[in-house]
Amino acid sequence: MKILVCISCVPDTTSKISFTDNNTKFNSSGIQYIIGPYDEYALSRAIELKEAHGGTVTVIHVGLADNEPIIRKALAIGADDAIRINAHPHDAWFVANEIAAVAASENYDLILTGRESIDFNGGLVHSMLGELLNLPSLSPVMKLDINGKMALVAREIEGGKEYIEIALPFVAGCQEPIAEWKIPNMRGIMSAKTKPLKVVEPSVHKINTQTLSYELPPAKGACKFIDPSTPEQLIELLKTEAKVL
Amino acid sequence: MSVLVFAEGSEGQIKNSSLEAVSYAALLAEKLNGKAVATVIGSYTNEALSAIGKAGVTKVLHVADEKLAKPMAMPYASVLAEIAQRENAEVVLLPRSSLCDSIAGRLAKKLDASIATGVTELPDISSGFRVKKSIYTGKAYAWIELTSKVKILTLAKNAVAPMQKDSAISVEQLQISVPDGDMAARITQTEKATGDILLTEARIVVSGGRGLKGPENWHLVTELAKALGAATGCSKPVSDMNWRPHHEHVGQTGVKVSPDLYIAIGISGAIQHLAGVNTSKYIVVINNDADAPFFKAADYGIVGDAFQVVPKLIEAAKKLK
Ligand SMILES: Cc1cc2nc3c(=O)[nH]c(=O)nc-3n(C[C@H](O)[C@H](O)[C@H](O)COP(=O)(O)OP(=O)(O)OC[C@H]3O[C@@H](n4cnc5c(N)ncnc54)[C@H](O)[C@@H]3O)c2cc1C
Ligand SMILES: Nc1ncnc2c1ncn2[C@@H]1O[C@H](COP(=O)(O)O)[C@@H](O)[C@H]1O
Repeated sequence: MKILVCISCVPDTTSKISFTDNNTKFNSSGIQYIIGPYDEYALSRAIELKEAHGGTVTVIHVGLADNEPIIRKALAIGADDAIRINAHPHDAWFVANEIAAVAASENYDLILTGRESIDFNGGLVHSMLGELLNLPSLSPVMKLDINGKMALVAREIEGGKEYIEIALPFVAGCQEPIAEWKIPNMRGIMSAKTKPLKVVEPSVHKINTQTLSYELPPAKGACKFIDPSTPEQLIELLKTEAKVL
Repeated sequence: MSVLVFAEGSEGQIKNSSLEAVSYAALLAEKLNGKAVATVIGSYTNEALSAIGKAGVTKVLHVADEKLAKPMAMPYASVLAEIAQRENAEVVLLPRSSLCDSIAGRLAKKLDASIATGVTELPDISSGFRVKKSIYTGKAYAWIELTSKVKILTLAKNAVAPMQKDSAISVEQLQISVPDGDMAARITQTEKATGDILLTEARIVVSGGRGLKGPENWHLVTELAKALGAATGCSKPVSDMNWRPHHEHVGQTGVKVSPDLYIAIGISGAIQHLAGVNTSKYIVVINNDADAPFFKAADYGIVGDAFQVVPKLIEAAKKLK
């Protein structure tokens, strides 16, 4: 089985977000970058599937050379090889078009992404890839088992889940609990250094959005504390002051 | 020129988030001097559809195909693409949901459209078409310019307040055939809690964390939720330990909620949890540790033992009715 996993490079989930240059640039000083958490679930499941059914796991990333440490981490976790498309990931449409161009001739059995990237929270790349490659796409996928040429998938829906049967190949946007995150071991980290990482130049160059500026939410006012012995006062305040009851 | 809005339903009723999208469509159509049109897919009574008129759009296209009774992104995207072309839509609006995210990306390709997800207010059309969207999981916003002729927006909750109009709708029944390839995913089983208020739709959410010690104490959360007409949520460790189902887990890696009121009981307020709730209008925190980080994000707080405080809250909430 031939699996492609798309990984984004995003600020760690504990990052404090701020902007510079009159709110037109993301302030990356002090920011630690990680593989998107959803993408890491996708990668972990891909490796489990490879272990169970044989095959290869390739990771693909659209980004500049600074992001190679996260690609090496994906290789250390267990991917066999990597492709970096050498371009700034301008928007989801750009990313999906570049990945589709590379994937089109490779006949992957499964293309996995995260359900969304945690920077721009687009949640779009999986369905764009599906449409561009003329493949079915499903998201958010929380369970994925393979049985021959068929896959059994659980998809989260509001208030529950649905179970789906679908033939390979297809695209899945993944989320937990599809797999446990894998911690790279020493052998993985050593071998990652020599695993193939191919750099290709972008070829499609499709862009149809421009980010103009950023804003932070207004600062929160002070918290109003209520005496724990009279919690009914809270209900009163929610009714008369906040007017939400 | 028209503004097309997809109104998603749940259990035969149009969801509140869709009614917001309908009102957004009406307001935007007025701004753009166009006409707002709503589309529903699946089977709805005329009574259920009348909610769309109340929310501000009178023209409703109803695709009541038996094959499309269950929501599925791929065929829905094909149906919406065909209708968007037929109606000469320059803007297509969807509420933000797992179904609509999956529709939106496919639709963007089919319509050669620019797209923004999680849009939080009406666009600025004074020069170009600019939208404000939530980024970094609610920690910031970006202004984005959409440069294609056709634009697709998915809307964050509370992007506009739903209108309360009295207009009657005119419903047109449509037949649209979808390609076989769109039916590749076969839904074999659906597990859905019926009758519960959906977490993403709820005006009030009561959520519990590890401070509640175990699933046997969850009646504190569910009873308070019931008394307030609220949905229930939880922190990630709570769903990881299977005290509660996964779809209740709120935060960075879980559901993002944006209710009028979020009540957090025994949740510390880790940044990943806050990421899922920070766009709530009011936040109430109940925690026995005065230093719990959640209080920094709270509007109202009680420093106290949940096992003492919450039963009294439930009593007081019951008296509200
Ligand atoms: C990549 C990543 C993603 C994550 N995503 C999420 C996410 O989406 N959602 C999420 O929730 N977490 C997420 N987390 C986990 C997060 O970091 C916290 O560990 C988690 O939110 C803590 O849950 P908690 O507040 O229920 O538990 P704890 O941190 O253990 O807090 C329990 C709280 O209960 C209070 N308490 C104890 N007893 C009582 C009592 N009797 N009465 C009142 N209060 C009491 C304590 O003072 C404490 O503040 C993520 C972590 C990582 C690394
Ligand atoms: N720059 C990128 N390179 C490779 N994959 C990406 C990139 N950005 C996003 N993705 C993938 O697409 C998913 C959804 O991203 P998005 O649509 O941007 O929210 C992510 O979870 C990744 O799996």
